[in-house]
Amino acid sequence: MSVKYTKEHEWVRVEGDVATCGISVYAAEQLGDIVYVELPAAGKAVKMNGEMAVVESAKAASDVFAPISGTVVAVNDTLSGDPALVNAGPEGEGWMVKLKLADAGELAGLMDEAAYKEFVGSL
Amino acid sequence: MRYLPLTPDDRRAMLGVIGAKSIDDLYIDVPKAAQRAGLVDLPRAQGEAEVERAMRGYAKRNLSPANAPFFIGAGAYRHHIPASVDHLIQRSEFLTAYTPYQPEIAQGTLQSIFEFQTQVAILTGMEVANASMYDGSTACAEAALMAARVTKRNKVILSGGLHPHYAETTKTMAGANGVVLVDSPPAIDGEAEVLKLLDGDTAAVIVQSPNVFGTITELSKIAEAVHAQGALLIAVFTEAISLGLIEPPGAMGADIVVGEGQSIGVALSFGGPYVGLFATREKFMRQMPGRLAGETVDADGKRGFVLTLSTREQHIRRAKATSNICTNSGLCAQAFTMHMTLLGRKGLERLALLNHERACDLADALGAISGVEVLTPRFFNEFAVRTPKKADAVVEALAKRGVLGGVAYSRLKAGAMDDVLLVCATETNTDEDIAAFAVALKEVCS
Amino acid sequence: MSQVTVSGSRGLLQAEPLIFEMAGSSRTGVDLPEPKGTANRLGGLKRKAALDLPGLTEPEAMRHYVRLSQRNYAIDLGLFPLGSCTMKHNPRLNEKAARMEGLGDIHPLQPTSTVQGALALMEELSHWLMELTGMPAVALSPKAGAHGELCGMLAIRAALIARGEGETRKRVLAPISSHGTNPATAAACGFTVDEIDAMPDGRVDLNSLKAKLGPDVAGLMLTNPNTCGLFERDVKEIADLVHAAGGYFYCDGANYNAIVGRVRPGDLGVDAMHINLHKTFSTPHGGGGPGAGPVVFSEALAPFAPLPRIVERDGVLAFEEHEFGQATGRLCAFQGQMGMYIRALAYMMSHGSDGLRQVAEDAVLNANYLLARLKPYMSAPFGDGPCMHEALFDDSFLEGTGVETSDIAKALIDEGYHPMTMYFPLVVHGAMLIEPTETESKAELDRFANALIAIAERAKAGDAAAFKAAPRLAPSRRLDDTRAARQPKLRWKPDTIDPARVAAE
Repeated sequence: MSVKYTKEHEWVRVEGDVATCGISVYAAEQLGDIVYVELPAAGKAVKMNGEMAVVESAKAASDVFAPISGTVVAVNDTLSGDPALVNAGPEGEGWMVKLKLADAGELAGLMDEAAYKEFVGSL
Repeated sequence: MRYLPLTPDDRRAMLGVIGAKSIDDLYIDVPKAAQRAGLVDLPRAQGEAEVERAMRGYAKRNLSPANAPFFIGAGAYRHHIPASVDHLIQRSEFLTAYTPYQPEIAQGTLQSIFEFQTQVAILTGMEVANASMYDGSTACAEAALMAARVTKRNKVILSGGLHPHYAETTKTMAGANGVVLVDSPPAIDGEAEVLKLLDGDTAAVIVQSPNVFGTITELSKIAEAVHAQGALLIAVFTEAISLGLIEPPGAMGADIVVGEGQSIGVALSFGGPYVGLFATREKFMRQMPGRLAGETVDADGKRGFVLTLSTREQHIRRAKATSNICTNSGLCAQAFTMHMTLLGRKGLERLALLNHERACDLADALGAISGVEVLTPRFFNEFAVRTPKKADAVVEALAKRGVLGGVAYSRLKAGAMDDVLLVCATETNTDEDIAAFAVALKEVCS
Repeated sequence: MSQVTVSGSRGLLQAEPLIFEMAGSSRTGVDLPEPKGTANRLGGLKRKAALDLPGLTEPEAMRHYVRLSQRNYAIDLGLFPLGSCTMKHNPRLNEKAARMEGLGDIHPLQPTSTVQGALALMEELSHWLMELTGMPAVALSPKAGAHGELCGMLAIRAALIARGEGETRKRVLAPISSHGTNPATAAACGFTVDEIDAMPDGRVDLNSLKAKLGPDVAGLMLTNPNTCGLFERDVKEIADLVHAAGGYFYCDGANYNAIVGRVRPGDLGVDAMHINLHKTFSTPHGGGGPGAGPVVFSEALAPFAPLPRIVERDGVLAFEEHEFGQATGRLCAFQGQMGMYIRALAYMMSHGSDGLRQVAEDAVLNANYLLARLKPYMSAPFGDGPCMHEALFDDSFLEGTGVETSDIAKALIDEGYHPMTMYFPLVVHGAMLIEPTETESKAELDRFANALIAIAERAKAGDAAAFKAAPRLAPSRRLDDTRAARQPKLRWKPDTIDPARVAAE
């Protein structure tokens, strides 16, 4: 399915009952050079808009919120050795967390690509 | 006033540029009722000579360790500080610099901190160390908090040999943040007793070696048991020079090593400022409190140093910071690293051995006194003795004879072991000092 | 660009390696007597692990540290306009006093009968602090400002517990503009932090405060003068509102220098306030410490001050070290930063009541003078009225230039100045906070203002590339923070030894 976005600049792509999440290109640009990504432990339950991960630049730390509720089934371990991947491909190789969906209905509240683009343009 | 460069003419001219009639115009936002018309009720300004005289007046009312046989340790130690160290830390560029937030004009401080961190890591046998804490006791409290963060548990067990001030500081600082501190009864040779309280909810155990009674302890077995429960071993020391002679905690499985660095380069100064040392394993570095200097390069590719992993700290992470610490013990850490550089391995090993030999001589002299018993089985430069009278009375009686002869354990922990006297010898003690102490103690105890 | 030399040095600026790269462990700079070789009592715990600490002889060590020192900026070198940090002159008399025999060399656990002068000095310092602040109690032991905050907030916590409200009052209010230590400290005491808004004039929004007050509020943490360099006009009303809601008013005293000797926090409804002796009272910052953060208390919180306390019995001073009514426990081993007490008291006595008031007034005058001189060229968001001891600018004057606040800072380095505080407080965009302190002459202020005005004009003229390349004249060019944080290298390691050097040994 297509990618959905939050107002906090996270993205989510759902395949089956698994949602892959990360931060948007816009967010990665705003944060600048990412130096560290703190990821949750597998098995952790997260709530939509709740804290899921932390991304750090040299001078700032930002919470990454869960775009959708679910249970962590996998995290992108390559980010621990190569956090720059988030800058290189935030919506691809720089993905952060895979969640087992708790409620697919929540997706309806998120923006599609066009709506997000418009939202970013308004900032 | 000798420190204020503005002249009355300057002030008038500056008010003119500002467009204010008087200084009062600049305080218009302060409620009138809260502004004092006159001066507060305190003495007027004084010249340098007058203030110096007043300060000497305070100094004269104290008995300087330079003028008495001196055998007090228990967390702070009298050692010789090379003249060059005190000179160097008074260089304007170190003394009057700020925290090195602008690395391009603070490489002096930053490289020194990097060297300090390395020296502390080597000395403690650990992988990484931070740029200092306030003192050993607050470093101990921060270690308890860090262990709770790492393990996501909140119970921390304290040994009966931990300096009671460290235990109390940890209870105050870590206790307020939800850590549950569990005490063990005072024990001269009982660091391993902590294992009786160890369970699967334990975040860490805190042991001390040499402990407050001077006892040295092998920590490997304790470390194994602690790790088997998924907990961390925090090892404390108060006498940094001991690490020149005894096996460091890092070689015996400690996860966090904290201690007081005052012995190396820092004056006694009635309790502060001192310098807390904090070292741990690399895997825990992002959970450390306090500042860290790290290596990098500048725009020309030249090596340089910066403060790094700053996102752990309060100025960035605010309520989620690993600690609220901001100002640390920068200049004391400078003094430590300068003295350590002068010592080197060769100097530190010899200094440590001299301390130990002096303490052995003292134990022989005091142990020979009827009614006095040396209680500490293995020690570095301090040990506990049992006195036939209450130890606090012994200390007072010794002071009346002009001898500063140790600390009663009951001064550190009220009501406990009131016949135990803690004594310490260092390289600063002469044979005559030891003989004078023994004579005085014999008189006092008879 | 710097000229390339064979030695790596540049004139007076000597190239200097790490001690680990210049010395093995075979040398030492201390001469000690030969040990006697007596049997040890270590119980077999002699060190087995390697101790590869390098040693230098005294001339080598002197050169190492003198060379390093020359890479540092310092107050003694020039104006140090770090807002919120109060980088004033550090009198050398204070250093001399702190090193006197009988003060610098006494042990914290000496029998109190042998340190009556030390206790009397602490009592005298306490007296000055209480008189100056108009507060009835003081705890000296906190070792820095943040430690003082902890001391104050623990007293608030203890007072709430004593009232039976320890479990119900868990929320602490703080402005968005607060120092990071405020929320960090509140969290360290088990409180949650709730931010209150600022008004367009840079002060606390009373409506936001009122809306957030309630029966679960423990207190308010507020810096006054605040972090925008402005006095909170409504401070009395703020204090009354907090008290009426059952909370306590913690004042962050970092900016006390603006009002010392002229305004007493005790007259403003403050319940607890730390005083950074290393700011207002001139003890040296030492490249990051040590500081000292005594806390003054109102009657309501005085019983909850920490241990130890000084008491007088029959004309003799002593410590209460174990039990004292409702006292919170110990905040550190021993009794705090004696070395800083000595320096601070020497500073206070030198100035006296008259000189201290002059300190505040000159600090405020100097800051307003810089505000007036710089305002036409930069943008001062609250520049319509006077400031206190520091002047705040934002980056709106740089709009469209491609130059940012950090570039202005680096350009100042090339002009021979330490930059101002940048990007703090967070309430204005690209903040530049300038605090000259009272120990600058008018000539120094003019010289600084002229340099900063020239930089601002150059930025507006469009010279972004040159700004990005700054600093060019400092001992180092811009350092790569990202690299340092991505692959942290926090210590020297033997595997980085230059193979050529090893072969030569």
